[in-house]
Amino acid sequence: MENTLDLKFTYTDKKDTRSGFGDGLLEAGRRNPNVVGLCADLIGSLKMGAFQKEFPERFFQTGIAEANMMGIAAGLTIGGKIPFTGTFANFSTGRVYDQIRQSIAYSGKNVKICASHAGLTLGEDGATHQILEDLGMMKMLPHMTVINPCDYNQTKAATLAIAEHEGPVYLRFGRPVWPIFTPANQKFEIGKAWKMIDGKDVTIFATGHLVWEAVIAEAMLREEGISAEVINIHTIKPLDTEAILDSVAKTGCAVSAEEHQYNGGLGDSIAQTLARHHPAPMEYVGVDDSFGESGTPTQLLEKYGLNAANIVKAVKKVLERK
Amino acid sequence: MEKQSIEQLQKIASQVRRDILRMVHAVQSGHPGASLGCTEFFVALYFNQLNHNPDFKMDGKGEDLFFLSNGHISPVWYSVLSRSGYFSPEEMSTFRKLNSRLQGHPATEEGLPGIRIASGSLGQGMSVAIGAAQAKKINGDDSTVYVLMGDGEQEEGQVWEAAMYAAHWKVDNLIATIDLNRQQIDGPTKEIMDLIDLRAKYEAFGWEVVDTLEGNNMSSVLEGLEKAKYMSSQGKPVLNLLHTEMGYGVDFMVGTHKWHGVAPNDEQLADALGQLAETLGDY
Repeated sequence: MENTLDLKFTYTDKKDTRSGFGDGLLEAGRRNPNVVGLCADLIGSLKMGAFQKEFPERFFQTGIAEANMMGIAAGLTIGGKIPFTGTFANFSTGRVYDQIRQSIAYSGKNVKICASHAGLTLGEDGATHQILEDLGMMKMLPHMTVINPCDYNQTKAATLAIAEHEGPVYLRFGRPVWPIFTPANQKFEIGKAWKMIDGKDVTIFATGHLVWEAVIAEAMLREEGISAEVINIHTIKPLDTEAILDSVAKTGCAVSAEEHQYNGGLGDSIAQTLARHHPAPMEYVGVDDSFGESGTPTQLLEKYGLNAANIVKAVKKVLERK
Repeated sequence: MEKQSIEQLQKIASQVRRDILRMVHAVQSGHPGASLGCTEFFVALYFNQLNHNPDFKMDGKGEDLFFLSNGHISPVWYSVLSRSGYFSPEEMSTFRKLNSRLQGHPATEEGLPGIRIASGSLGQGMSVAIGAAQAKKINGDDSTVYVLMGDGEQEEGQVWEAAMYAAHWKVDNLIATIDLNRQQIDGPTKEIMDLIDLRAKYEAFGWEVVDTLEGNNMSSVLEGLEKAKYMSSQGKPVLNLLHTEMGYGVDFMVGTHKWHGVAPNDEQLADALGQLAETLGDY
């Protein structure tokens, strides 16, 4: 379907976002000797092998012990290190929430919690590993910055940016091979939304893998004469409320799109912003209070209503409410 | 800091116990039992063993670091920190009150000098201490990192993740102490969750273990700490099993878990203070 559409963004290559993290980490390590890596027995999955190989003395294998890893990371910051922890998103958040809350967020420690295999696109491993609540958990923590980039290039840029940012960060990325449609060597500004496509009828606020689905949806809508604005919210917290309000002031309605539960995700942050400052009709594209299951990423995005076709549906619904 | 003699340390300990009781009494909340039980340890550490600088810097470069994992015994730590110059003893009067830097459990949020991590939710401190110790190794800083945990706290799984890690990665600039007072909130550890033989457990995990059999005897505590220091830097983390009595120093509080988280009333405070000489001046 992508091939027949007039897309505003295109790609020639595909890669997993976790590789963007791995490559970004290696470069961050070269730029700053204080950058250190920790991993709980998932070096290959997190693409941390190159960093480990080049900086063995700055790499800490913790074994399958994520709680301990979070504490060690917090302790390393005290000696001036900038620790990047790596494990699956599920084990980076829910499993270690209290460790993050007390030893990292409340203690204001400069730890970068880097989480792969987030969301449904983890695929065949199924619901035990497909966390869909992590953005909510992390954004509720005071002091925490929450970032969910959309492709390889943006993930690499985000990894470099958070190395230079003082304070705890949750960086979420994923497993599937995904189109690379944003520029290489882009500047990543934490907390600054990126308006990718101008439009006037509706604003689609998308994050993570679903930014690509939003790009497809925009082209589909354009064919039907609907002008959609697409805004890439790579930083869930702090949220760029100004960009959100400016856009909705123009378009008058909003659709959020994310690989996360409705509860607690980007959609909730947008809804809160609109409710407080500029009430407007809004629809959610996300997971509606259920766990995932095994399947291919494409099958799962379709079954749970998280692809371009469902964004189009949500846009049509919200336009009727305007 | 200058190392204090045993006699001086005993005098300081008496004042620290007064501080603990007066802080907890003033707000009718806090944890006096294990604070009193660990007083000799804290005083020996801060006034004799640690190479530390009360002109507080978070990174503690070139200094020995101390982490309190069982954060509820904050009163003893606050007293020792203030009495060794980190902040004015007057500030102890704000303990647990609104807008205070002396939070119920130690925190960094308000910027209290001497505190490097929040603690209170149990089981986390040893992991943090390991991270700080490994950062010292990378930085070529040969100082020592200390952490204190409770014995009931050994029931937390994270402690054993950390114990396994420290031995495997030879974190030998780490000295962990367990306050072995054999009590926890719901009763004796033997009944709630029997720890059986902590020495055997830690040795099996690859640690060196020192027993400080008289954890409320200043010279015994010093001896234990010195022995632990001597055994460090030899490829293994070191555990100091500190045998203490909860509530030590006050006759009606000693040896029971009843005073874990209970404050004395006016009469009880007067009775307790009557047993403890005011050696440095009450705040």
